[in-house]
Amino acid sequence: MLTVTSRSTLAEMKAQQNKGLLARHPWHFALLVFALVYGWSFMRLGVDPIMFLKGFPQMGGLLRRMWPPDWAYIPAMIGPLAETAQMALLGTTFGGILAVPTVLMAARNVNSNRGIYLAARTVMNFIRTIPDILLAALFVPVLGVGPLAGAAALTLFSFGIICKLSSESIEAIDPGPLEAMDAVGSGKLSQIAFAVVPQILPQFTAHVLYVLEINVRVAGILGMVGAGGIGMWLNTSMAIFQYRKAAAIILMFFVSVMLIDYASRKLRERLI
Amino acid sequence: MSDLQAQIIGKLRGGIYKRGFLLALIVVFYVLLITDLEYVPTRLSAMSIIKSAFPPDWSYAGSVFKGMMESINMAVVGTVMAAVLAIPFGFLAAFTVTGKKGSQLTKTLLNADRSFPELLLAIIFVRAVGLGPFAGVLALGLHSIGTLGKLYSEVVEAIDPNPVEGVRATGANSVATTWFAVLPQVLPEFVSYALYRFEINVRAATVLGFVGAGGIGKPLILNISYRNWDKVAMIMVVIIVAVTLIDTISGWLRSKLV
Repeated sequence: MLTVTSRSTLAEMKAQQNKGLLARHPWHFALLVFALVYGWSFMRLGVDPIMFLKGFPQMGGLLRRMWPPDWAYIPAMIGPLAETAQMALLGTTFGGILAVPTVLMAARNVNSNRGIYLAARTVMNFIRTIPDILLAALFVPVLGVGPLAGAAALTLFSFGIICKLSSESIEAIDPGPLEAMDAVGSGKLSQIAFAVVPQILPQFTAHVLYVLEINVRVAGILGMVGAGGIGMWLNTSMAIFQYRKAAAIILMFFVSVMLIDYASRKLRERLI
Repeated sequence: MSDLQAQIIGKLRGGIYKRGFLLALIVVFYVLLITDLEYVPTRLSAMSIIKSAFPPDWSYAGSVFKGMMESINMAVVGTVMAAVLAIPFGFLAAFTVTGKKGSQLTKTLLNADRSFPELLLAIIFVRAVGLGPFAGVLALGLHSIGTLGKLYSEVVEAIDPNPVEGVRATGANSVATTWFAVLPQVLPEFVSYALYRFEINVRAATVLGFVGAGGIGKPLILNISYRNWDKVAMIMVVIIVAVTLIDTISGWLRSKLV
């Protein structure tokens, strides 16, 4: 018995030695791969620090031409700014509404049907791979230039994020209430209403608010592809070298983003 | 007693009225928001676009692949730049390191940085360093410093103080303490967050070309405006496959790390 054990230990040691370099030093290997990927990327882009140093004075020149912002332009931009907020709000709301059934279908502890579960997962993962502004660029030819395309793009975009975040929280809920309701033989819908929703509602709301913060930022740039909001005006003023107007727009946008962030953060703190 | 009852009922009723009023207000607000959107009819229908997008133009795949590679390269260089530069900000923004005031100040700065979307930064950098992927790298990098700095600071705030005290008790100076007690605790999570940011940056890098900042975005926006839907479809196939692949690999790595 003893010999067998010692032989097997010996075999294990041998196996350890015979294991490739990769298995013995996974972190060194990872570092090497990383260095290669990084070096390759760096070379391929032809990025050189000299370009950056040369760009610095130009950057300064640009900022000088932007200052002072054209304050008189601000009243004219209140409309586009409101349109930006409108798109963000509509996109978040409808994204959130669409997300509710999908999230429930994409949670293993609520939905036991594997086919529907996989379908819901696939849809939400698929939508999440498409960048926000690309969605907008695709909606503009269909829905026309303007905030409608932007709101539609933000709806899909919000749907993707809210689904992702909330399905994770749903799978982490306390299974007790669900099992209790199952035991008394209640239906799926009442289980969702009384065992899932109360547990998930604060987190879901927090996720929606978080997505609203993201959407305000995104809505500000969707105009660059014609999907409404302040981005179109920013793009135009940059393109015709009216940098002081551009600065006024950037400043307004920045202030509104910070304000909405602040309000949303306060609300979220109260929720959780 | 009945007085109290009446009071309670009154309050409840008031609550119902208040809620009803609020709900009505919200509904009116949304109706206004929606009716304000006007539909400008276009000659293109979604159906006709989808029809002309199939099959995707496979002969175009080679050059799309190249553009996607450039986007990935931009994401790699930009993320690494931010992941390194965000470290000092992460420590400065942790209230356990710089106290309440210093942390608040750095956090506000990082928050301000995050408020500028990549695409907006890209427009500015294109003016400064010219068209091309370098402007994109800088835009991704600068924006990511804001997000990573904030995430790093949360990691630093949550470290276990025992190893730090232990190393300090041996008479080690602050550099040695950071090196032996803090870094080993925060590094895996820093790397994990950097990987997560990389996933986001790959997506962002595919659209920075919309404003001339390199990557697959430039042919993408051109083909959308020329209505070459089969080419657009090809580009989207490549983007979706590449993003999914990178998400999977990066997610697997992150699960090994933390």
